[in-house]
Amino acid sequence: MSKITDGATAQANLVLKAEARALSFYYGTFQALKSINMPIYDKKVTALIGPSGCGKSTYLRCFNRMHDLYPGNRYEGEIRLHPDNTNLLNPHVDPIEVRMRISMVFQKPNPFPKSIYENVAYGLRVRGVRGVATIDEKVEQALRNAALWDEVKDRLHELAFNLSGGQQQRMCIARALATEPEILLFDEPTSALDPIATASIEELIADLRHKVTILIVTHNMQQAARVSDFTAYMYLGEMMEFDATDTIFIKPKNKATEDYITGRFG
Amino acid sequence: MADLTVSQIRALIVKHKRLDLIFACIGVFALMVGVLTFVALFTGMVMDGAHRISWDFFTNFPSRRAEHAGILSAWVGSTLVMVVTAVTAIPVGIGGAVYLEEYAPKNWMTDIIEINVTNLAGVPSIIYGLLALGLFVYQFGFGQSILSAGLTLALLILPIVIVATREAIRSIPAVIREGAYALGATKWQTTADHILPYSIPGILTGVIIGLARAIGETAPIITIGALTFIAFLPPAPFTGDPPAGPFDWLFAPFTVMPIQMFNWTSRPEAAFHQNAAAAGLVLVVMTLSMNALAIYIRYRLRKNIKW
Repeated sequence: MSKITDGATAQANLVLKAEARALSFYYGTFQALKSINMPIYDKKVTALIGPSGCGKSTYLRCFNRMHDLYPGNRYEGEIRLHPDNTNLLNPHVDPIEVRMRISMVFQKPNPFPKSIYENVAYGLRVRGVRGVATIDEKVEQALRNAALWDEVKDRLHELAFNLSGGQQQRMCIARALATEPEILLFDEPTSALDPIATASIEELIADLRHKVTILIVTHNMQQAARVSDFTAYMYLGEMMEFDATDTIFIKPKNKATEDYITGRFG
Repeated sequence: MADLTVSQIRALIVKHKRLDLIFACIGVFALMVGVLTFVALFTGMVMDGAHRISWDFFTNFPSRRAEHAGILSAWVGSTLVMVVTAVTAIPVGIGGAVYLEEYAPKNWMTDIIEINVTNLAGVPSIIYGLLALGLFVYQFGFGQSILSAGLTLALLILPIVIVATREAIRSIPAVIREGAYALGATKWQTTADHILPYSIPGILTGVIIGLARAIGETAPIITIGALTFIAFLPPAPFTGDPPAGPFDWLFAPFTVMPIQMFNWTSRPEAAFHQNAAAAGLVLVVMTLSMNALAIYIRYRLRKNIKW
């Protein structure tokens, strides 16, 4: 079990994967994120919790520059990606480059109206991977990593819509994994799923933590406690507290965090 | 509710339901005005013209003798003009719509263009005819040809194609678009791999409805100077002496179905009026089958897309 029990002693083994430095974000004139500083550790699961509208999804979507798709959005500050120390928010860094390194799984499963195979292969096709054998192999690997291979191996060329909701979401995870991203972003990945499908996704996240760095937004406190190594509590666009998950849930330093976690608020 | 007895409540319901009934009657009447008018027109045409429909009617040129007159030059002309219209309006319309939806920055310029494109759909068709007369017929020197007519009708249906394409593009959920971008796709990759394929049902519907409108247009075609009586066909590629070039037909004089009808209706003899009714019947069937095709295509292609 790699869970961090004591933030101070465990720091030594941790490798920094990314780091938000004085990150602010504006939708037009509205400031949605207020000078956030936060480390993301390599091959760990970091959960973002907080009440609706606190900016956790906004924060997550800074990591793959999703905000660039819409006009009027503005970043301030930096997100440094290690080991190369690239500032992801630098206007000279192409958002496409960022998205090729950092994948995302959305709130609602969003399969393309194509076959399962084509869905998973799409990231590879975008990168210009051509060989059929290579793509076959990577698609299989991604589906195995997403614990979906055995369920779909005989119907790879059927439409992805024919899968159940939970299977669709695991397929979207496979799609995000196929290109071997450095960080995988999850935006409330189980909010549209039933409890059984949710359990399978959580199990998957637990398995994936050894392969990839994960950043997950969740509404569900138990989910954060179950799947994450680190937890950040956000409120009104500010980072209220960041620590090892056990610390956050057992003895939070901040009164506001404690109130939220114990259900007195939010 | 204590101040209303059960019998009062029932009386109230009866009263309210009477209003329901009255409104339903008005609605049915309003609907029937449209439907019955069409049925009456169509039946009239069938009764007048159906007996003229035969193989000869499609293979004969117009003639001074009503019983020998046919619509060969008209339906060939209409078909060729539609080919030119489709070939120009489809790529230009889709290109414009994709640019507006996916590429154009959202600012006041784009807003003005958007409003104008929608307004263009409401410009009377004869105005397009006047524009085409000056631009295509004289300025570009295309003459009173199939090419001029096809381009004119293409301009006319361009707003329809653009609006339909934009609506089809807009109906694609944002998460699908974001899903493609999140995998590192460029704008063009997202457009070519996702936006266009998923909006084809809507685009095709718009294109066919546009063409169905264009095939019945008379005013702009008369304005640019289509002939009302023509007893030869445009030169087929590589035939005749000297052999025609592959695109010579584009510059040939022509007539179209509605003009042929117009010509026959303006004759005094009743026999020609029957020809006009028969040609009208053919035109209506052509239009209706294009619309039916649009509905079928949309149904077939949408079956695989669920969102």
